[in-house]
Amino acid sequence: MTPLTFQLWALLASFVAGLVGSLLGLGGGIIIIPVLTLWLRIDIRYAIGASIVSVIATSSGAAATYVRERLANLRVAMVLEIATTTGAMSGALLAGHIATRWLYLIFGGVMGYSSVMMFRKMGSGSDRSTRPAPWADRLRLHSSYYDEALGREIAYRVVSTRIGLALMYGAGIVSGLLGIGSGALKVPAMDLAMALPVKVSTATSNFMIGVTAAASAGIYFTRGDIDPFVAAPVALGVLLGAGIGSRWLGRLNSNTIRVIFVLVLLWVAAQMLLRGVRG
Amino acid sequence: MRRAELIISAVLRIGVVSSMVVILAGTLLSFLHHREYVTSPAELQRLTQPGAAVPQTLHDVGKGVAQLRGRSVVAAGLLLLILTPVVRVAASIVAFVIQRDRTYVMITSLVLLLLLLSFSLGRAIGG
Repeated sequence: MTPLTFQLWALLASFVAGLVGSLLGLGGGIIIIPVLTLWLRIDIRYAIGASIVSVIATSSGAAATYVRERLANLRVAMVLEIATTTGAMSGALLAGHIATRWLYLIFGGVMGYSSVMMFRKMGSGSDRSTRPAPWADRLRLHSSYYDEALGREIAYRVVSTRIGLALMYGAGIVSGLLGIGSGALKVPAMDLAMALPVKVSTATSNFMIGVTAAASAGIYFTRGDIDPFVAAPVALGVLLGAGIGSRWLGRLNSNTIRVIFVLVLLWVAAQMLLRGVRG
Repeated sequence: MRRAELIISAVLRIGVVSSMVVILAGTLLSFLHHREYVTSPAELQRLTQPGAAVPQTLHDVGKGVAQLRGRSVVAAGLLLLILTPVVRVAASIVAFVIQRDRTYVMITSLVLLLLLLSFSLGRAIGG
């Protein structure tokens, strides 16, 4: 492989990652890191650095469309971002002190758990959204969105804000440690714990992951973990993919999104656990 | 709320497009200055091995851009991309100020402060 062919392959892979990522509220980092390390043989430090960039690219590429279409809940995003950025800094600083294999194991485990929870939710009707929610009330988090697939405006309540904050702090730490956006943790947290409609969770997560990644990126950059040669095709590919993917989200059925999400989560969880076990 | 969203949308658009253009320009510069990148597997090794020459400070990037070095121009584009979420948060503050939403001006300002803190932490421990 030459520099040219490498960049072309990386561009293609990143395009797919951006496409899939923007549909699911993921930063694409979870797809990018395995592709870069396992297939394109890039050192994991640079893979993580490029991943951080791809997360920001997905977020900024997709978010412009979502916010305009009013899917993302701006207030929820801002409130939760306090927790995610604090977590991301903690994580990025901790990054030197924890053995990588434990990160893979922890993350794989959490993702497996998330996918099981999302899967269970698919059939059920258990409705958390009627619970009293003093913090959400005070912070005016409740809102509505226009569901293109259903053809109408849907109002929703937000609940369990404090639990959401705690979960977001955890997601932030993982983000800072592994260089990913942790959309895979944010979307279930918002969907399951805070009762946000899944399309809103996805769009809001897309919006948030960029900020979380930016909070780690400064630390990674000065450590020399961002190799421009690797990060460039990743950034370009992801931007293009996310730009296209974000136009489709409105038209997909909510259950379809959940199914895709669960499948992707399971596959990635398996990859991560394997990595951790092999060491 | 509508206006806030439109402003933020525009900010993101501009930031993203600008960074893409700069990254693309930097990549083209690299290939122009180093024709061997098209055909040499050895160059791929050199570019991606651990410990490769990677710009790590704003100073490195600035110097490299002045010399039109492809890698530094790409790094500048990446930094621009990293800045877009930060600018987005700042734009949100303005939007909330316009709406006179004091609570969210404070919340969003806190997020911005945390982001700026993360960049200075990066410099303090990584540089």
